[in-house]
Amino acid sequence: MSALEHFSAPPRSLLARLLYGVRPWEALPWLAAIVAFFLFPGYVPIFGQILIMTLFALSLDIVVGYCGIVTLGHAAYYGTGAYTAGLLAVHGWSEPISNAAFAMAMAALVGFVTGAVILRAHGFITVMLTLAVTVTLYEVANHTGRWTGGDDGLRGIDMAPVLGRFEFDIYGDTAFFYALAALFLSFVVVRLLVNSPFGWSLKGIRENIGRMHAIGCPVYRRLLQAYTIAAALAGLAGALQAQTTQYVALRALSFDLSGDVLVMLIIGGIGRLYGAFIGVPVYILAQDRLASEDPANWYFWMGILLIVIVLFARGGMLALAARLWDRRRSDA
Amino acid sequence: MGDWSVLISIGLLGVAYGMVLYLISVGLSITMGLMGFVNLAHGVFAMAGGYVTVTLMNKYGVPFFAALAGAFVVAAVLGLVLERTLYARLYGTSDFDQVLFSIGLIFVSIAVVRHFWGPLTQPMRVPAYLKGVIPVLGRDFPSYRLFLIGFSIATIAVLWVTLEHSRFGAMIRAAVDNRRMAQSLGVNTSRLFAQTFALGSGLAGLGGGLGADILVIAPGYPIQYILYFMIVVILGGLGTIRGPFLAALLLGIADTACRYFWPEAGAVFIFILVFVILYFRPQGLLHRGRA
Repeated sequence: MSALEHFSAPPRSLLARLLYGVRPWEALPWLAAIVAFFLFPGYVPIFGQILIMTLFALSLDIVVGYCGIVTLGHAAYYGTGAYTAGLLAVHGWSEPISNAAFAMAMAALVGFVTGAVILRAHGFITVMLTLAVTVTLYEVANHTGRWTGGDDGLRGIDMAPVLGRFEFDIYGDTAFFYALAALFLSFVVVRLLVNSPFGWSLKGIRENIGRMHAIGCPVYRRLLQAYTIAAALAGLAGALQAQTTQYVALRALSFDLSGDVLVMLIIGGIGRLYGAFIGVPVYILAQDRLASEDPANWYFWMGILLIVIVLFARGGMLALAARLWDRRRSDA
Repeated sequence: MGDWSVLISIGLLGVAYGMVLYLISVGLSITMGLMGFVNLAHGVFAMAGGYVTVTLMNKYGVPFFAALAGAFVVAAVLGLVLERTLYARLYGTSDFDQVLFSIGLIFVSIAVVRHFWGPLTQPMRVPAYLKGVIPVLGRDFPSYRLFLIGFSIATIAVLWVTLEHSRFGAMIRAAVDNRRMAQSLGVNTSRLFAQTFALGSGLAGLGGGLGADILVIAPGYPIQYILYFMIVVILGGLGTIRGPFLAALLLGIADTACRYFWPEAGAVFIFILVFVILYFRPQGLLHRGRA
């Protein structure tokens, strides 16, 4: 990056923010999704899952990569979205888009309330609080089995067609495009956000919180806003999950899921928006191949991978690629 | 109502539970205060101690106390090796890297344990002379729990005396208060870290073995109980040994009471309470030193 960037202001118009620093390769993930859809029809349901998890990981990137908050409880908002969407559908509100919007609002509300406490703490107390939120919601869902189905998960979700036309089918085609559209829209929103003055103040907080306090930035409020937005997007991912699979497992609120999505994001790289697009497909496709035979070994290698990333490859695959790229350029 | 022997029973069970929590967590409190390392994987050492204890006793017929000693030694050595090879490389890195590393370690430990012992819980077979019940104030009380309280108190007394009156303890306390100052006075902090880490891990292993019938030994152990260990450390304050003792007893009694009077709520009540406490005291209940 040039030194000039440190002195420039964020772009003013919405279009400029959307296209700020845009590169041709940024079309790749979307092209890859479309190509994959036509090349591997048998895998479309898994691709749908990948899109949803990518959205989830993208929302986590806002918290981890842009706010610099270590969270082990992001599943709390995903699960809130999933259970809200699922429960609404079970009780008759089956129109997908308004259903998802309501689920997002619920997740945002939970994110706002819990974030208000979490963001007051520092260091490892934050980590613990995020974990406590997830465990608490998990226990609540587990003990209110009359409504949530408890350990068996929430069944009987029946969605109306998207826009009144596209039925969710067993091939997962509708689910795929529905999730792709949601992910694309969310990505546009996130890109606008991180290139706005708001997003720049988040980066400032991440890089030097003391200085941001000093120049009068309302740090706590900014972080809470970002946290709430991230929770809403996580809730959307959960809602999509509930709608497309017509089932909500208790796992949606678990520490395991929080850990998994964090690992997916780490593999790709944090704070780059595209980390989610790399890490999630790699993780899910590898898991699909390897873990079905031996789940215990899967976690063994995941653990080793995490330790290796922390010790030798901080920043994940994208950072590694960027470093190699820089070296090649400086050699040339 | 009015039957306050129930309360005594809850109190005693809670104290036994709190003792186990304290033995496991005290090492975490010291190492976190000393090195500032966010070690979410501390439960791994307690789990190791638990597995060593039940395996030595159930499979090889090793006497109870020898098995406990084995749990302490194995967990301490494991802690020492991991500290020297991995943890030491990550001192001073971000919380984020330390959390990720801890999760990695938890994943590996769970996979290893599941590979060798399978997914089922390991039963704790209490030795015959500690079985049965002892009447306490008109209620029958499991004698193993009473033994557990006594044994823990003895261990804790030894620990406290060591840390308060030995050179080793003085060095630890000095390094917690001001690491640079201690270093410039000639304390070999890197060796001190390793020793402390090993001691903390060993105590966790002892706690894991001793409390194997309270905190059930199964592959999910490090994740399942991590919040309890963290709560003890957070409420008790980092780098102290008395704060966590109070916090562990409080948590043990409160959790036991909760499960007795309001079983369907599970652990929710405790977490909400912690949430409320931390909202008003973000630095912990008995905060001392740097966080």
